[in-house]
Amino acid sequence: MGIEAMHELSIAMSIVEMAQEEALQRGVQVNAVHLKLGALSGVVKEALLSSYEMACDDTPLRGSRLVIEDVPVVIFCPHCKVQRPLSSIQLFCCAECGTPTSEIVHGKELEVVALEIQ
Amino acid sequence: MSPEPRLVEVRRNVLKQNDVVARALRHRFHAAGVFVVSLVSSPGSGKTAFLEKTLTALRPRYRVAALVGDLATENDAARLARSQAPVKQIITGTLCHLEAAMVENAVDEEGWDLGQLDFLFIENVGNLVCPSSYDLGEDLRVVLLSVTEGEDKPLKYPTIFNSADVAVITKSDLAEAVEFDSGAMRRNIQAVRPGMRVFQLSAKTGAGVEGYLGFLAERLAESRTMAAV
Repeated sequence: MGIEAMHELSIAMSIVEMAQEEALQRGVQVNAVHLKLGALSGVVKEALLSSYEMACDDTPLRGSRLVIEDVPVVIFCPHCKVQRPLSSIQLFCCAECGTPTSEIVHGKELEVVALEIQ
Repeated sequence: MSPEPRLVEVRRNVLKQNDVVARALRHRFHAAGVFVVSLVSSPGSGKTAFLEKTLTALRPRYRVAALVGDLATENDAARLARSQAPVKQIITGTLCHLEAAMVENAVDEEGWDLGQLDFLFIENVGNLVCPSSYDLGEDLRVVLLSVTEGEDKPLKYPTIFNSADVAVITKSDLAEAVEFDSGAMRRNIQAVRPGMRVFQLSAKTGAGVEGYLGFLAERLAESRTMAAV
């Protein structure tokens, strides 16, 4: 673990900063931040959740929640010509026909999508 | 009485700030005609030795420079200076990866005239997790693996492989001693990143290095042709 947690902490700090900006603009208080997190975002959910708590300390977001929606990997199959969810992150091929593909449609998301405000 | 909580929609990419800087850097690199290659790997897979070999071999024919990320020391820059190419160390402190702004600052601090360079190499901090999320404005991202690391490494880190363009298997001079199974490694790379170009080489003996250098030269020529259109 060690240094790898730092990466989630700096991401958590960016999330808190963004939420604060939005809250300030709208003159509201944030109870929760909703985040879309792709399986290929390079961010570990558990590490992000604990980092979020740390990042909120001493900010108006203290006590707020981070609600994470996991986004699975969706690929485009060049053979079937459709988008399909990947069955394993260790095997990038179409779940129906088995054609290898590295055309990623979803799974890299790291996006604040909504705020629960009061 | 406090009002009822409600949900407001916002759509903001958390890494937007980095992406914006990276895009501006890429534009600047292209305008200057320099081809930028970044290297990612686990600690100890031989990035610095590989980069030293690359710089030394390219220097008679091309104008090259390198930026090297490290948590705390300047040892890598000292080693790379032996290639006689301009080298700048970026000390990241506790940060486990490079970000686009750090690359931008380093380039500006050194005052390098990018228009006078053919290749700029960026060695990331040794880490197969954190660097995957950060675009550095590079044209090509190379992921390094050594034959001593185990053939299943690509399966353990599919994210970094999906952020990279090319894989280089290093320390091939040790392959026999560690009973390295090249076929298995290549199958695993193709499983997580179908179609990925793979080079196997030894920075120590030089075996296989020519193929990789030829590939870089091709990519440089391609990018300049595209820029000229």
